[in-house]
Amino acid sequence: MTVLQTSHLTKRFGNVDVLTGVDLDVGEGEIVGFIGPNGAGKSTTIRILLGILKASGGEAKIFGQDVWRDAVDIHKRIAYVPGDVNLWPNLTGGQVIDYLIRLRGQTVDQDRKQRLMDRFQLDPTKKSRTYSKGNRQKVALVAAFSADCDLYILDEPTSGLDPLMERMFQELVLEKRAEGKSVLLSSHILSEVEKLCDRIAIIRDGAVIESGTMSDLRHLTRTHLYVETDAPLVLPQSDGIYEWTETDWGYQFQVDRDVLSDVMQAIGQAGVTKIESAPPTLEDLFMRHYEVDRGDG
Amino acid sequence: MRAWFNHVWPVFMWQLKQDRWRIAIWLVSLVAVTVLTALLFEGLYPSEGDRQRLAHSVLNPAITMLLGPAYGVDQYDIGAIMAHQMFLFTAVATAIFSILTVTKHTREEESLGRMELIRSLPTGRLAPIMATVVHHVLTFVVLAVAIGSGLSLLQFESISAEGAFLYGVGLSAIGLFFAAVTALCAQLAESSRGTVGLAFFVLISAYAIRGLGDVSYDDLSWWSPLGWILETRVMVDNRWWPIGLVLLLAFVLTFIALWLNARRDIGAGLLPARQGPMQASRWLQTSFGFTVTMQRVSMIAWAVGLFIFGATYGSVLGETGTYVAEIELMKEMLNIEQLSGQALIEEFVSMLAVIITIFATVPVVLSMYRLTKEEKLDRLEPVIATATSKQKLMITHVAVAVIFSIIVVSAAGIGMGILGQMSVDGLQFSAVFETLIAYLPAIWVMLSLAALCVGLGKWQWMTWVYLGYAFVVVYLGGALEFPEWMNHISPFEWVPRLPVETFTLVEVISLISVAIVVTSIAVILYRRRDLTG
Repeated sequence: MTVLQTSHLTKRFGNVDVLTGVDLDVGEGEIVGFIGPNGAGKSTTIRILLGILKASGGEAKIFGQDVWRDAVDIHKRIAYVPGDVNLWPNLTGGQVIDYLIRLRGQTVDQDRKQRLMDRFQLDPTKKSRTYSKGNRQKVALVAAFSADCDLYILDEPTSGLDPLMERMFQELVLEKRAEGKSVLLSSHILSEVEKLCDRIAIIRDGAVIESGTMSDLRHLTRTHLYVETDAPLVLPQSDGIYEWTETDWGYQFQVDRDVLSDVMQAIGQAGVTKIESAPPTLEDLFMRHYEVDRGDG
Repeated sequence: MRAWFNHVWPVFMWQLKQDRWRIAIWLVSLVAVTVLTALLFEGLYPSEGDRQRLAHSVLNPAITMLLGPAYGVDQYDIGAIMAHQMFLFTAVATAIFSILTVTKHTREEESLGRMELIRSLPTGRLAPIMATVVHHVLTFVVLAVAIGSGLSLLQFESISAEGAFLYGVGLSAIGLFFAAVTALCAQLAESSRGTVGLAFFVLISAYAIRGLGDVSYDDLSWWSPLGWILETRVMVDNRWWPIGLVLLLAFVLTFIALWLNARRDIGAGLLPARQGPMQASRWLQTSFGFTVTMQRVSMIAWAVGLFIFGATYGSVLGETGTYVAEIELMKEMLNIEQLSGQALIEEFVSMLAVIITIFATVPVVLSMYRLTKEEKLDRLEPVIATATSKQKLMITHVAVAVIFSIIVVSAAGIGMGILGQMSVDGLQFSAVFETLIAYLPAIWVMLSLAALCVGLGKWQWMTWVYLGYAFVVVYLGGALEFPEWMNHISPFEWVPRLPVETFTLVEVISLISVAIVVTSIAVILYRRRDLTG
């Protein structure tokens, strides 16, 4: 079942088109990664999903309801963590968490809240003005995860967290999936996205240009190869071969999927002594799209 | 409706929780100042004769400009004195309270991203701004009732219950009006500073417009809501209908603010933010140039504001003669044989000069306090981490503030001088200009105190209290009959009162010496203390 779905979402600020067509969907019990360079439109999309900004065109639904018209109803069942959390300076972290949960119309489950604060090592008795960035982030995370929600919208939620806390966050997200909840995770920490997400959407210049599971995306791209051969390696063609480097010992390069079989034949003929291959990481995928982006610009 | 106003109540309670001390302090101060001054006036002017003497001393254009027209002068009882001396002043304080709290809960909340957090929850789109409206309506109902009951409880014959409550309601109406103005400004400006700036611009214009209207152009005061509440002639005629006018306009403005809030995108302002240059100029790359550039806009704004302030006063100097001619008693009072029209005008020039320069001190102190503001916002660290020493930073800020003081005082002096020369025959531009410039050393003493607070890293309120005290000495010192030593605590009282008195170098040199010594201590303290962030 689809929890969140957008189609041809567009947004204009004045005469600047920030979103030109965002198609995104998140199913039940699914973690979807939402990645893209700065200024590509991630936060704008998320704000539209939260009913804070009104879309200029297209459609966005959460739980089958319109994100703008039914915002109040939808918000009872979603939790949002922004990447840059600012709190009310003269109130404590504990007060802020309770307030945010109460506003959702839920009573505060003190046990669950306490467990989360313990896990994140957050001192809730301190005034918000004394919190560091990481601690403010923890306040927002505790407030989001102590409520009962069906969809979590997280916009760079781990910025400012240390690696231990980041792992804690990852555990939490996986627990939520195990409970059948859905997560939309926007992040620049690509290893985190790769590790957590069932599916990934890449946004560039206000449009989703790629989406699918990690293996779907890998199909579209190149494989890393490192080979050592007896005879000098001569490849039949140069189309589809990238970042070719020769070392004293062997050859390192990347191959497009459609020429892989030709390349393998050539390697076999040269008498292979060693071969290593690695699937492209999300970072490679991302960099590739990003570089194309810069090339265009 | 739910989509717009869901959860107004909890958001309102949340705002109240953040503001509980702030509101308590403002409300208690406003009520206390009102009730205590009424008591003070009663003690100072027990007899009819005393009050009539006061009446004569306040009947001049400068005072009218500052306080509004005096009603019921023939029967100048405690009620009428309160209405004349305190009503406008307290109304302005109430307006400032509104401007600051409304900005805090609207544009500041939005620009810091806290609004987004609230809006991601099942709250209506207009819940935050509506909560702010409810917040202020309730606060001002409390204020009206508290001031009304407070003044009634004094059981003064001259303050009827109706007058007491009209006084309270009048203040609250102005509070609500400026809450509405600020809510509207928050839709137009893109930052909280911009919002406060716009709202203060409206407040200052409203004050200046009614000042001009009260003195010379009768109908002009009807263009200012501050003029409207003065038209209630509270305690004297007790007219209620101008309050209705203020509240109606407040309602309309609130409605427009809500409408604009509903229409615009979060974070956006209707007045667009401009683009800036690609590179830092040579000038901006120096520590001094950088500091000046950071303050450039406020320098220009304050210079323009004080020019207008000075010009307004200058333009009414000519009216002084008319006033004296109209009022027989005043001639007797001032002993017109000895004091020709010219001398009388000079007397006013010297009194206005103090008031103007006290106002001009505000931006100078603010300019000095920029340094602590930068520190609090963690913007000093990257600067100190370069080859810039702390004392150089401090001295640069003091130097910029000194230049700032010269600019704003000159602007006021030029405004008042030009208009004064035009409106009064025989009044020289230079006489007026010198009178104001002579107060610069007093401003520098205030500046050095501000520097000391920066050096200490705390107690910044000290400078404001001291400046407030200096203002009270000039503003109410006469009416409250302070003993001489209390006046002398203010540096502004040390300056020779040109053009009436002659210029003496001794006071000027002592003031400058005090300023230099205190500033040096401030620099040493600043160098030694830890930076906080």
